[in-house]
Amino acid sequence: MLQDRAKYSITGILVAAFLGYSCFLYADLPVTDKQPLHTADKGKLLWQQYNCGACHQVYGLGGYLGPDLTNSYSKRGPAYIRAFLQNGTNIMPNYHLSETEINELMNYLRHLDASGNADPRTFTIQQNGFINQ
Amino acid sequence: MQIQEPLQYSKMDSSTSKQAVYPVYFIRFGIILLAFGMLFGIIGGLQYVVPGYLKEILSFERTRPLHVSSVLFWIILTATGAIFTYVQEHSKRSMYSAVQVKIQFYLLGISILLIMACYLAGIFGGREYWEYPPYLSIPIVLAWILLLINFIRTVGSFRKQPVYIWMWLTGIVFFLFTFTESYLWVLPYFRRHIVNDMTIQWKSYGSMVGSWNQLVYGSAAYLMCKISGDKSTAFSKKAFALYFIGLFNLMFNWGHHIYTLPTHTYVRQISYAVSMTELFLLGRIIWEWKQSLSTALKYRHIASYRLLFAADIWVFLNLVLAIGMSVPAINVYTHGTHITVAHAMGTTIGINTMLLLAIVSDILKHQQQGNNMGKTGFWLANTSLLLFWLSLIVAGIWKAHWQMSTNPPAFASMMQQLHPFFMVFLISGITLAAGILLILFSLFKKDQHVTSN
Repeated sequence: MLQDRAKYSITGILVAAFLGYSCFLYADLPVTDKQPLHTADKGKLLWQQYNCGACHQVYGLGGYLGPDLTNSYSKRGPAYIRAFLQNGTNIMPNYHLSETEINELMNYLRHLDASGNADPRTFTIQQNGFINQ
Repeated sequence: MQIQEPLQYSKMDSSTSKQAVYPVYFIRFGIILLAFGMLFGIIGGLQYVVPGYLKEILSFERTRPLHVSSVLFWIILTATGAIFTYVQEHSKRSMYSAVQVKIQFYLLGISILLIMACYLAGIFGGREYWEYPPYLSIPIVLAWILLLINFIRTVGSFRKQPVYIWMWLTGIVFFLFTFTESYLWVLPYFRRHIVNDMTIQWKSYGSMVGSWNQLVYGSAAYLMCKISGDKSTAFSKKAFALYFIGLFNLMFNWGHHIYTLPTHTYVRQISYAVSMTELFLLGRIIWEWKQSLSTALKYRHIASYRLLFAADIWVFLNLVLAIGMSVPAINVYTHGTHITVAHAMGTTIGINTMLLLAIVSDILKHQQQGNNMGKTGFWLANTSLLLFWLSLIVAGIWKAHWQMSTNPPAFASMMQQLHPFFMVFLISGITLAAGILLILFSLFKKDQHVTSN
């Protein structure tokens, strides 16, 4: 039987490491962006309000019924995206978005596109199993 | 060392009897949510096979959260009901506060009903797993704080406690932490950039899955002790060593969700090194305990035992998938494909749901004998799940092949070519739901019998 003191010590070390890692990450977020919230933020909240993530992915995370939209802005172009947002498709309902909402969602998709590349073909696989972007 | 007999509710005084009803309410509500979760899952499957099905009245962005949240709350509510029941059995005393149990039930129950109503009405605002408006999470957090207080006060001293008490405490504490952490996005600092936002989102989600696994696995560990009649294993050094490795994974292996996100390299390196071994560890625990069971005990508790045995097999199948997906070089292929869905379904249905059904079977006093309805349901559910799981894996392999090819087909074309796999996925999903319903019907039948007695 493991002694209680050993259990408490191991738990204490793990919890301290976890809290330390969490706090370090909160302070050291991957992208240092001192800019105030811009219109992309409104688009992000609209993305959540219409639950776009149920069907669409961002960086491969989200739904599977529609395509990944991370780099759709540069691949398809704004006019193509606008047409979908205005009319819907045979699967996607027409949400009757206002012009302001469409512009805000477009801003979000542009911000998303500029954030990185989600195309798995562009990753380099290393011998040790890691990948480079 | 013999484990004490379960509390006999009928022999308790009136106040304790009333208190004993609420853990069963949690479980019954959980079962109802599971039934709805399966219904919405089938509707979602139909929407894959028949594009645009119910688009105007119940489009996929409503169906998916209805399905996912129903199933997640089935896991959370049933695991909570199991903890209330088992912690009382273990400590030989009633819950510290019956009122807190009651308040927790109504806080969670009302929140869940409001959440489902929001989804049906198309009112969102949150993100994956918790798509409802964020303010509805406040009563869930309050309910969870009550659970934490009640659990700690009921257990009393944590000295010389078995591993499942540690697992339950870990699950409760870490669910509270990660659930709260998953709402850091409401602060502009965290959502200012999508990469920052997603890093923290999946940090919390990765650990959150580990936290509800601790709740379920802890109860499964208790049940294994109960079936074997030997709880010495739950005090062993090996059990605690495995628990600590599991806790280590819960805390640090979440990065495999975001290998392809341009986040810190160290996040990926830490996750890869720690890897996802928690399912493997549990598989070992169950496997070793199972060996110690006598044939007589196995037959006496046959219904629960069969479900635990099925969970064993699903642990090993999903372990293979989990290890593969934790290697970045493999993850780059599987990420964003239906292989990820296969893993999620394999773990939530094959492991969590099978374990919870075993636990429910025990709590509703149905474990002594397996009726034909339950046996049919068991085999139908597990063979269907295997087909369901394989169809998703094959669909995922095709998608991985296409998305890595030089000239990938258009998304609509990919979906069209995957149609046969979606058909298998839908049909096996329907028979899977039928199998689980048969198991549930057999449990309710027995539950009514016990209650009437």
